[in-house]
This record gives sequence, C-alpha cells and structure tokens, in this order.
Amino acid sequence: MSSPILVIAEHNGKKISPSTLRTLSAASQLAQSLNVGIDLLLLSNAEQKPVLQEQAVKFESVARVIALSGEHLGVALAESWAKEIVAVVKEFNASHILAAASAQGKNILPRVAALLDVAQVSEVMSIESPTRFVRPIYAGNAWSTVESQQERHVLTIRTTCFEPVSDQRTDAPEMIGITSTAAPWRGTTLVKQDITEGGRPELTNARVVVSGGFAVGSADNFKMLEQLADKLGGAVGASRAAVDAGFIGNDHQIGQTGKVVAPDLYFAVGISGQVQHLAGMKGSKVIVAINKDPDAPIFGVADYGLVGDLFEVIPQLTAQV
Amino acid sequence: MKVLVTVKRVVDYNVKVRVKPDNSDVDIEHSKMSPNPFDEIAIEEAVRLKEKGIATEVVAVSCGKEIAQDVLRTAMALGADRAILVKTDIELQPLAVAKLLRAVVEQEKPDLIIMGKQAIDDDANQTGQMLAALLNWPQATFASEIIAEGNGTLTVAREIDGGSETLSLTLPALVTADLRLNEPRFASLPKIMQARKKPIETIEAESLGIDINPRIKTIKVNEPPERKAGIKVGSVGALIQKLKEEAKVL
Repeated sequence: MSSPILVIAEHNGKKISPSTLRTLSAASQLAQSLNVGIDLLLLSNAEQKPVLQEQAVKFESVARVIALSGEHLGVALAESWAKEIVAVVKEFNASHILAAASAQGKNILPRVAALLDVAQVSEVMSIESPTRFVRPIYAGNAWSTVESQQERHVLTIRTTCFEPVSDQRTDAPEMIGITSTAAPWRGTTLVKQDITEGGRPELTNARVVVSGGFAVGSADNFKMLEQLADKLGGAVGASRAAVDAGFIGNDHQIGQTGKVVAPDLYFAVGISGQVQHLAGMKGSKVIVAINKDPDAPIFGVADYGLVGDLFEVIPQLTAQV
Repeated sequence: MKVLVTVKRVVDYNVKVRVKPDNSDVDIEHSKMSPNPFDEIAIEEAVRLKEKGIATEVVAVSCGKEIAQDVLRTAMALGADRAILVKTDIELQPLAVAKLLRAVVEQEKPDLIIMGKQAIDDDANQTGQMLAALLNWPQATFASEIIAEGNGTLTVAREIDGGSETLSLTLPALVTADLRLNEPRFASLPKIMQARKKPIETIEAESLGIDINPRIKTIKVNEPPERKAGIKVGSVGALIQKLKEEAKVL
C-alpha cells in the first residue's frame, strides 16, 4: 500500500484550530502529486474525542481520521504527543508528516523529527514537488528552495500561505480509532494555561493587525490603536522602538526577533520602517502606512500611505470603518 | 545545578542580508557576525541563575567553525564560566547540531540546558526540541519565565498561541528562550578582558563519530518578491474607499 500523508490536527480540547484546514490544503497538494491519501491524526483524551471527531469528519481532502486517545493525551505536551505521532508514522508508514508552524506545531514536530532521525523543513511557504519546498530564511529577507533528501519528510507549514480546505463535507472519511497503550510521560506537567478567550485574535493568526511605533508616544495612546483593532476584529502589534519605550509588552513585538505576521491587512502607525520591523510584516497582503514624515521608509513598502498626524487620523479611521 | 547554554554565530541582526547574484546563497562573507540574539537571552538567564546562587557553573557550547570562538568569548564575557567548541567545517543543520550537543551533554552532564528558541539566520526553531528528544528529557520551549524550585523541578512559563501556559519540569530538563524571558546585559570591558583568560575546550566533531552531513540541500536562494511602493491617499475617507473597493480587505 502506498504511503499516506499524515497531518497532525491542532486543537485546544474543544475545537480543532482553523490552521489545521490550511495544513490540510498543503497536504492535499502533496497527496495529489503522489496519488496517495491524507490521514488526519487526532490526539486527545477519551472525553475530548467525540466533539473533535465530529469536526474532523467534515474536513475536505481527508481520507482517514485516525483518532488516537489516551488519558495523558488531553494536553498537547510535546513529550507524549511526539511519541504517539512517531508510533503512528511507523504503523501507517507515512511519507510526509505535517503540522502547522504554530506555537504548538513548532513545539512538537522537531521532537517527532529527531525521534524519526529526519531533518525537518520549517515554515514551508510553497511546495514545488513532494521533496522540494520553499521556506523563508533571515526573517523572510530571503527565500530558500530546499530539497529534502530523506525517506520521510517532516514539515511545518506557514499556514498564511495556504487557503483552508472546506470544513463542510458531507461524505464521511474512514475512521480509525486507537487507544494508546503507552506509559504516560512523567517528567512534565501542565500547571495552568492562560488563554485570552473572546479577546483579540492571536497576532500571527489575525486577519488584521494594527501596529504602533515610537511616535504613538505612550502606553495610554496605544489604547487608540486597540480601539481600531477591536473594530476590525484585529490584533495589536508594535515596533521594537515602542516595546523598548515600554508602551506595550514585547509579546506584541513584530520584526526579526519578534513575531512574523502576514495578515490580510496591516496598519503601520507611526512606524518609520526599520529593516528589522519590515522583516516581520513584509508578507502582509495589504500594508497601510500612517506617518507624519512623508519620507519615512515605511511608505516604500506600503500599498496605501497617508501622511498625517496619527492622533487625528486614527480616531477618524476608527469612527469611519 | 550545572547549566549548559548554547551559542550560534550568526549575521548580526542589524545587517540586511543580500542574496548572491548566482542565487546559491546569501552573501554574508563581509557581514558583521554576532551571537544569536535568542542565545544571548539564554546566556543571560543562566548567568542570573548563577548570580542567585542556584546555578553552580555555566558552560557555553557552540558548534561550527573555529571562528565561533568569538561568540564563546562573548558568552564568557557575559558570565559563562567556560566554553566548549565542537569544531567542524561541515555545514551544520539542526538535527546534526542536536546530535553533537547530545555528545557534549553526555560528557558534561548538566542539570539544565537553556538554548535560544531559534537562530535568526536559518529560522529553523528545531535544535532545542530535537536535543530534548534525543536525550528523552522534558522540554519547555519559548520560555518567558524560569523558576528553579529547589526540589529538582523547574517551573516555566511559556508562550503559546493566544496566551501562555506554565509547565513543571523534572530536572534534568531543556528550556528554549523567547524574547520576553529577560533583557540581556552588555558585556563590560573588564569582563571582556577577563573572558580572554577563561578556557575554551575544542572537541573535533569528527572524533565523535556522528553523521552530521546535511540531509537537506539548498537548491537556490532568492530575494523575496519586491514590494512596490503603492500610492499615497489624501484623506481617511479616501483610504477607507481604497481598502473597500480596490484592495477589498474591509
């Protein structure tokens, strides 16, 4: 039997992440060119399994859903998930193992790769052939085309580069239920999780990002950007200068050493456009720059520029969108 | 507690890299090189553990060419006690580095390994997780806070999509540093002078008998598609109209 493509479903115990639909889209490119099926691996505990399974069977392009449950799998600990994934890879002889290049995927997949003795290709942006991939290096300042010269291929997928598959299919895929027999991992315990629920979307997944620079002037003034972000259902980012000035926490920093984002719409507000910042947002589909200085480098990459005082422009914008 | 930190020599983060005209690679021959910024955060955290009396020794390790000694000197100027260079001229990929580091760990037997979450050149974000896997150790990636509990466990706050989580790890364990973990100090001149006298042990990678040949071949490197400057609009109203009707993102 031909080797399937294995996709790791990402979830929070209740809902499978939309990034999984995008990872499936990358997988279906591979599946089509190799003429093989896609297995979606759903790791969970028994309690989470029914609700997750109900979602998974509606995902387009999946040939089989492998639902592997065990009491120790309810939390996505890299140590226990990686061992289970490796066992499934060997059992079903998967040729490609894919996960989203999200915090969860980045945490778990290299562990899987090392246990399989495979060198991983991170942040795949496009698939040129079943062994050839394009990925960003130097924070996206260069794109590297690489050939994975191995028996198996372990890939994390930059999900913003792939359109999601449909989650509305009506014909059910094949279901394979497995109960884990592995001994639970003892070395790591989850103490607590703080997820901002119902709040703003996570920066790297947001459709709209409103970012502020040093010119925003204070933490209080950043609230103005938050209001615009909230109105657009977006997330708030910042340049390093704004973070260094203490206007906002550095988990909001966008740039080479911060987060790399690629939303549909990016607002750079009072950001001059230093190289390091550009590296973190250049992949955005549409960039809007708002800056007092008509010569700010940010205008060189912006699709739409508005020269003006951000303290006048932002409230107007928030009121009118 | 003995702490091992890893340092990669990379192009300084202020340098804008250019692709070579033949598209074989980026042109970094004359670029300023520095320790990977995330590794500096890892070193800082280890040094703080030592200053608090929790760490007894901080050992810095780098894998690569002889010249990587310069980033090890920086690590020692920042407070590492001694350094190890695993020397090779072969192009190293994360899995190979993880295998070399495993050999160093077997020799040094640290209780804690702190690494940068990723290097800013290849942006792979793999080596820490791979090393933890090869050692069968607990891992906490993307750490924003590390607390040594003193009972053989470590409490680590780590960044996840949409928030954070706290893990408890049994030592020995491996942690990778995110941006929020700390703000690294600058090395003072006296410390830089002192670091010159600290020892660097060199291990020939070849002597370890590990297959470190690259498994992934670079076919070509391109500049990303150039973003052209768009247009300037005269008012908020005009901007909203463009975003709605032309870009269709509102």
